[in-house]
This record gives sequence, structure tokens and C-alpha cells, in this order.
Amino acid sequence: MSTLTKMASAGFDVEQIRAEFPVLRQTIHGKPLVYLDSAATAQKPYAVIEAIRKFHEVDCANIHRGVHELSQRSTEAYEATRVKAKRFLNARSTEEVIFVRGATEGINLVASSWGRRNVKEGDEIIISALEHHSNIVPWQILAEEKGAKLRVIPMNSRGELLLEEYEKLLNPRTRIVAFCHVSNALGTINPAREMIEMAHRAGALALVDGAQAAPHMKVDVQALDADFYTFSGHKVCGPTGIGILYGKAELLDAMPPYQGGGDMIRTVTFEKTTYNDLPYKFEAGTPNIAGGIGLGAALDYLTRLGLDAIATYEHHLLAYGTEALSQISGLRLIGTARQKAAVLSFVIDGIHPHDIGTVLDRQGIAVRTGHHCAQPVMDAFHIPATTRASLAFYNTPAEIDALVAGLQKVKEIFS
Amino acid sequence: MVDELYQEIILDHSKRPRNCRSMEDANRKAEGYNPLCGDRLNLFLKVENGVVQDASFVGSGCAISTASASLMTESLKGKSSEEALQLLDRFHQLLTSDVPPGKELGKLVVFGGVREYPARVKCATLAWHTLKSALNGANAGPVTTE
Repeated sequence: MSTLTKMASAGFDVEQIRAEFPVLRQTIHGKPLVYLDSAATAQKPYAVIEAIRKFHEVDCANIHRGVHELSQRSTEAYEATRVKAKRFLNARSTEEVIFVRGATEGINLVASSWGRRNVKEGDEIIISALEHHSNIVPWQILAEEKGAKLRVIPMNSRGELLLEEYEKLLNPRTRIVAFCHVSNALGTINPAREMIEMAHRAGALALVDGAQAAPHMKVDVQALDADFYTFSGHKVCGPTGIGILYGKAELLDAMPPYQGGGDMIRTVTFEKTTYNDLPYKFEAGTPNIAGGIGLGAALDYLTRLGLDAIATYEHHLLAYGTEALSQISGLRLIGTARQKAAVLSFVIDGIHPHDIGTVLDRQGIAVRTGHHCAQPVMDAFHIPATTRASLAFYNTPAEIDALVAGLQKVKEIFS
Repeated sequence: MVDELYQEIILDHSKRPRNCRSMEDANRKAEGYNPLCGDRLNLFLKVENGVVQDASFVGSGCAISTASASLMTESLKGKSSEEALQLLDRFHQLLTSDVPPGKELGKLVVFGGVREYPARVKCATLAWHTLKSALNGANAGPVTTE
């Protein structure tokens, strides 16, 4: 706690930050909202809400086509986000920054466009035991279509991937390794740089699902040497329906388009179409313009707070929460990796997560219950579901205390 | 408050479910699955001359789905297949509409509180979806709440 107090005096004032998130100022069933579901979606600060409102109220027009003033303003605001995302990820150029609907579409784009062209019968695709369904199913579809093999890096009982097993899976048939930077169900932070290097040594590419990492830590795609990196806007305090796919320019350049339509073309005749340059080649149709502009405001907001400050604050909050939950008898934390982001996934003896979730909700506490779109993770721990409290920089130790009190009430009801 | 959902009788049946056993001589069986929460349930019925002589279940689920299966198996015994399916309709009505419950529901009225928790309706109806599948003799894989 003292560290958190120190951080407040160093300028990371969580009360001031909370004041910028209007949704947090409400009561649920008569109790102050305690929002512990940021891994599902993060709340939005005024800066984001205002940016979207301003677009609709003042600048609204389609982008990349009109010569009129509004279209130019819209285009500039939308394209400004591409520059911000380039900086946010430390990409080499804006050509490498593709707008997508979210991390799910980012992965599907690569599996579909790069995968269809480069994966052949007998090839192998490696994923990990920690993956969200969105980083399993697109590869399964591809593997099935091509007669390729899907292989899975196993994990230990803490929820850490076994790198020596990963090393054994790599071979000359491995075409790509796709894994999450941070696990959504358990919070495990994977050693992305090392894992990418291992993939490259085997001659394979690496795609990183950064949906749960981008909100919590500084990401540098060049330092990671990632071939593809994707994240969702709504998990970094931006709106839903917008996200970013980073890809190395030479890879994107050689890939066929993902979807056909307007904006992704240079010339169209009934005989032949030539495609637009990067990044537009992958952006067919009118995009989520408002979402893109909102995402830009969100990236500005996180950059202003500082990803390192966010990571430090959340690290202390996680330590506080881990300690507090460990005091509850019958509670078992699922996912105890040594490198972990702010996720507290747990089960309580004899009480189903859905009952826990409902009782907590009536006390104003929002948590996620279920399999977190990661059924294989649940299977590995031989449980059907967990309760997951996921933290963000706007959460406080007092909210952890409220969770603990809420769980005591759960135990009273079901004991 | 939350007490209206977790009434004493529901808590009792979730902690000490009745008829929670598999049945060797069952002549109707079905498997239910709620993909949203991973709840699973195997229902066993012994139906003779169109009347449910015995009903039991095994499975894993939340308090609501376990209590629902427990109370359902209790209320089925001695009912004809038609009566059982009618009861299913009444039960569904109890959870999804404001129509005042009829007395044929008996103890099952305790599930009326679930109406205020739309996210939990499927927990309460899993056993009943499974019942329908068992009575209709659909043995083509597990029935789901989706």
C-alpha cells in the first residue's frame, strides 16, 4: 500500500484518474460500482468519449475520397490514429499499421491471407495452451483446409508455458508460431521476445496476440522482432469494433488482400483489378471511422499516463490483491505465473463461479465468470470455469477490499 | 436482494441435491450442456406405461442449475409424459413472463426469483431442456441451452 501512496505523490493519482471515467461514478444495486472486468473491456475516459462525439457532431464525413472540408478533417483525424498506433507499438512506418475490427480480426487476417498462401499440406502451426479461442480457431480452420498440423505448447501448473517443450515442437515444417503476449484467463506474461527468437531460429514466423498486453505494458514490436502483433481498441480504453494489426512491411507486401472492396483497390475493370498500396490493401470498405478516432484518443490517454507507470501501479495492485485473496479459506488462485499481469482468476471450494458472480454483482462488483473463451485452459486445470477479477490502473486497493468483503458474503450464503 | 434468488429451498437442494445418482435401468436418457458456463447434466428417467416412475441426474453446475435439476426430478415422479411437458411450459413461463404461477408448479415457484436475473435463466432451464430431449427420445448428442 505504501508504494501506492508513494505513486500518488509521484503524480499517479488514481482518484484524479477515476474522475476522468464517468462510468465509474455510479451505484449498482445501491452499492458503488466496483469494476473488475477490464480484461473483458476497459472503461472509457472523457477524452475518448469526447473525441467520438466531436467526430459525429463536427467532422462527420467519409474518408479517403471527398475533396470537401469535412472529408479532409475526418481523413486527417482517422489517419492521425495510424501515426499514434505506429508510435504506440514502435513500428517502422505507418504502412505496417492496419486497422482491423479487433485482435480477433487481426489474427483472422493473417491466418487467411498469409496462411492460405504460405501454409501447405504437412506444414505445422504452433499455438500455446494459454490461447483465447480467437487464437485457436482461425489456425484450426487453416490447418484443416490445408492438411497442416496444429501443435500446442504445454504449460505447467502455474500457467507458465514450458519453453523446453516448445523447443522440441519447432522443426523445419513449422511455418508460424501464434501465442498471446499475456493470457486473458490467467494473466501469465509470456517471454515473447525469447519465444519469437526461437521461432525465427527454426525458420518460422511469429504472431503475437497482444489484446491483454497492450493495456498493461509498453510494447515495442521492433525490440520483440514480432512478425505480426495485434490488439483491440476496446481493451486499451478505446471503443469496440476497432483494433490494430502490425505486420512487417515486407510480409504484408507479399500477402494477398484479405477482403475485396472499395479503398483497397487502385484500378478496377471487369477484367483486372490492381490493389492499393499498404496499408490500404487490407482495408476494404468504409471503416469504423469514429472508432479509429476514439482509439487515437485512447492511445494518447494511455501514453500521457505512461505505460511504465501503469504497469508499476498495476503490479502493486496485483500483489495487494493476491495477498488479500490468499487469506480467504477455500479459495484457490488459478494462474500463479511468476510474470503476471493484473488478473486474479480463482475458484472457491464447492461454490460455482456463476453463483459467485451473481452475489458479487448484487454488491456492485463486476467480475467475469465462466471459461473466458479459453476452454482448453479450463480443461488443463480440470475446472469448468473460474471467477476472474481483472484490474486496471483506475482500480484501487479499497476495491480489492470490497471484493474480499463480497466474497465473505458469498461464503456466508453458500456455506 | 440476492436472497430472493437464493431462497432457502434452492440453497438446500443445491447443497444436498435429491435424486443425484445415475440409474442402471433407465429407459430414457439425455445429456444437457450449457456452453456459456460449462454446466453439464445427465438425466435418467424410467417411464412405464407413459408415466415417470423414477427420475435422477448427475452433473456439475451452479447452485441454480443443481437445485433446478433436483427439484425437477422430485416433481416428475408419478407424472405422465404429457403432464411433464406441460410442467416444463409452466416453468418456462414462470421464468420469462409476469403471468402469475399456477398451483401445479408446487415447490418450483421458488425459481420465480430467477426472472430478475436474465443471465441466470439458462441455468434454471438446463435440466428442463434435457427433460424435453429425454422424453422426445432425441438421442442425437447433448442438448444445449443455446
